[in-house]
Amino acid sequence: MAHAVEHEYTTTGLNHRKMLMWVFLGSDCLFFGSLIATYMVYRGQSLVGPYPIDIIDIPLTTISTFVLLMSSFAMVRALAATQADDKKGTVNWLLITAGLGAIFIGFQIYEFNTFKNEGLTLGGNLFGATFYTLTGFHGAHVTLGIVWLVAAAILGAKGRLHSGTALDVELLGLYWHFVDIVWIVIFTLLYLIGGFDAGPTAIPSG
Amino acid sequence: MAAITGVIPRPTSYAGIWGWMTTVDHKRIAILYGVTAFIFMLIAGLEAGVIRMQLASADSNLVGPGRYNQMFTMHATTMVFMVIMPLSVSFFNFVIPLAIGARDVAFPRLNALSYWIFLFGGILMHMSFVVNQVPDAGWFSYANLSDKPFSLDRGLDYWAISLLVMGASSVAGALNFTVTIINMRAPGMTLMRMPVFVWMTLITSLLLVLAFPVITVGLLELVMDRNFGTHFFIPTEGGDPVLWQHLFWVFGHPEVYILILPAMGVVSEVLPTFSRKPLFGYPFIVFSGIVIGIMGWAVWSHHMFTVGLGPVANSVFTITTMLIAVPTGVKIFNWIGTLWKGSIEFTTAMMFALGFVALFIVGGLSGVSHAVSPSDFQQQDTYYIVAHIHYVLFGGSMFGLFAGAYYWWPKITGRMLNESLGRLHFWLTFIGMNLTFFPMHFLGLNGMPRRIYTYSSEFGWENLNALASLGYIVLFIAFLVFIHNIMYSRRSRRVTHDPWDAPGVEWTIASPPPPYNFAEIPQIQGRDHYWIVKENAIAAGTPITEPEALVDPSSIHMPSPSYWPLFTAIGVALIGGGLLSHYALSFVGGIITMMGVIGWGNEPVAAPSDHH
Repeated sequence: MAHAVEHEYTTTGLNHRKMLMWVFLGSDCLFFGSLIATYMVYRGQSLVGPYPIDIIDIPLTTISTFVLLMSSFAMVRALAATQADDKKGTVNWLLITAGLGAIFIGFQIYEFNTFKNEGLTLGGNLFGATFYTLTGFHGAHVTLGIVWLVAAAILGAKGRLHSGTALDVELLGLYWHFVDIVWIVIFTLLYLIGGFDAGPTAIPSG
Repeated sequence: MAAITGVIPRPTSYAGIWGWMTTVDHKRIAILYGVTAFIFMLIAGLEAGVIRMQLASADSNLVGPGRYNQMFTMHATTMVFMVIMPLSVSFFNFVIPLAIGARDVAFPRLNALSYWIFLFGGILMHMSFVVNQVPDAGWFSYANLSDKPFSLDRGLDYWAISLLVMGASSVAGALNFTVTIINMRAPGMTLMRMPVFVWMTLITSLLLVLAFPVITVGLLELVMDRNFGTHFFIPTEGGDPVLWQHLFWVFGHPEVYILILPAMGVVSEVLPTFSRKPLFGYPFIVFSGIVIGIMGWAVWSHHMFTVGLGPVANSVFTITTMLIAVPTGVKIFNWIGTLWKGSIEFTTAMMFALGFVALFIVGGLSGVSHAVSPSDFQQQDTYYIVAHIHYVLFGGSMFGLFAGAYYWWPKITGRMLNESLGRLHFWLTFIGMNLTFFPMHFLGLNGMPRRIYTYSSEFGWENLNALASLGYIVLFIAFLVFIHNIMYSRRSRRVTHDPWDAPGVEWTIASPPPPYNFAEIPQIQGRDHYWIVKENAIAAGTPITEPEALVDPSSIHMPSPSYWPLFTAIGVALIGGGLLSHYALSFVGGIITMMGVIGWGNEPVAAPSDHH
């Protein structure tokens, strides 16, 4: 496998799979862009509560955001370990990344549950619909990333990840960092800026 | 699970139905796409027949209003997503690797997966007929007509979920072609030497990759509105139906270029070949395509002039829409420049290409007339729009694809389509097309709205409608001639590798091409590679003969067939099918998809030195 990757001729010198991942991430940008646009269009348009200011808990989500950003650091370490043929380091850092991702998802489950108890539902108002849809699809991306990380850790434990196959980890890293960056945007828009929105009249229009 | 999915050896047989089900050969996948899309085209054609028969006379009651809504919805949805797009993809599959001197696409198994997901998505959409809950809100399914109180049966769920499934197929396919074209060109095939068809495929693929996520979000929100209680598009709860229109057309306008750019690419191959001179203004055509690809994102609200976005938005989109006509016009002048002083050969492919240019001009001009927003207020939702879109999609896309079919048929099958039958096919199509759609301009300007299932005789629309319905019958006969031609061609003479004396790289190899395409990867000499090679050969006194394998084909390692694309696609189809029936089925589909992905990853390469 490593053999094949090294000898593959490509016009640009870039690996096929790496290019595919970059173009796919471009596609995913438009996916999240459309969800974010929906949120922005409906910001302050909810006819009934609960409104963001009633339930958004910025300190709590700051912690989970910090955890998710730290997972990107662990991901970088995992790739470095793979490139250095450090089998133990590869497996450990992949599992740490997955674990930090899982903590983030845990926070999200807790948050969704709390919000639901406080009356925010998909059908209740537009804030609920846009909030759950946007953060939910982000959470699905993180969950998929965790599955991929664990699968990679299993491969690593079998000795199938080393400097010759480091691309496998690099692609996973591209995806993981992308999902983190999307969260930075979401955290900024939904929490730091939109978290103080009250009822429909409270937003200055235009 | 990994143990089960890891030990299955790759299939080795290329023969029989099993060989087709496990194939990863781009040429076979092209044929699968082509045949499937052709069958969907027959279905959509019959739906059009129901529409035309219903409208042939005033106060007709051949079908009721409900069935009529289903017919025009499914006709358009099928033609856009299950006919023109996959027919284009069929040509991408067959021609692109050959035209850039590659042995396959970058990801052969992903390519097979794209096909199978497309097939199952199309079947899922047509399952709506089986349960008789057919989508009926038009191909753009405007909210809130598509939302719960107005559309209570599951038709719109079938529509949305099938489109989501097929969207996954389109994006996967487009990612594949983007990488293939950028990364798998033979030595010497620089970007500005690429055939225009390859360029247009690249632009189309990038549009697909970027446009489909937008409609994906729109469709997800529609599904959630209908099934999970959200109110994205329901105004009584604060939602905004116009958001659907924005999401749909931000996708939808790039989509119309996704439908037309491949046909423009085909025509840019056919016209030079049969004018016996290089394409006039190659860089202008390429950059016009790029400009269209970029500006296609800045014109979507011209579909929404009457929504009430205000004079500023309408003015801006009027201007951008008129601007985008410029690169299109540039292309048309370059095609005419290609014909100028050429020694034109009127083959069927050439006639369809010329028909494309002529009819696309008509469609383009009516397009400019509703780029002007005040004039569009008169035309919105009338048959004038129906006339316009059929001139660009039938006169444009379909004529371009027919030109491609006649042009590449000998390369695909090794046999010719009959030219006399082809000419008959062309003239019947050309006459039938104009007979059907030209009167619609007048009907529209006389006030006939689209999507009405019948009309009263006092409006005076009867004669022109009867004429349009007569045109449908001519088109119907034209299709029968084409089908006959396909059947007939199976007994026609075998052709040489280069029956048209064409310039493209694909004509340097045998017809039909061997599985490995190129025994040796060619060194590309220039923009019209094979013409240069042939001229040099004549100058050197060594005329070109049939290509012979210079190396032992068994030494060329091609990717082995694989079970996993079909297996994974079944899982994806079950996820979609489960959302329409029982969620448990989606769960099963999810597990099958997971197993498919694991099996895919663990699949052994058939030969130790296999390079794919």
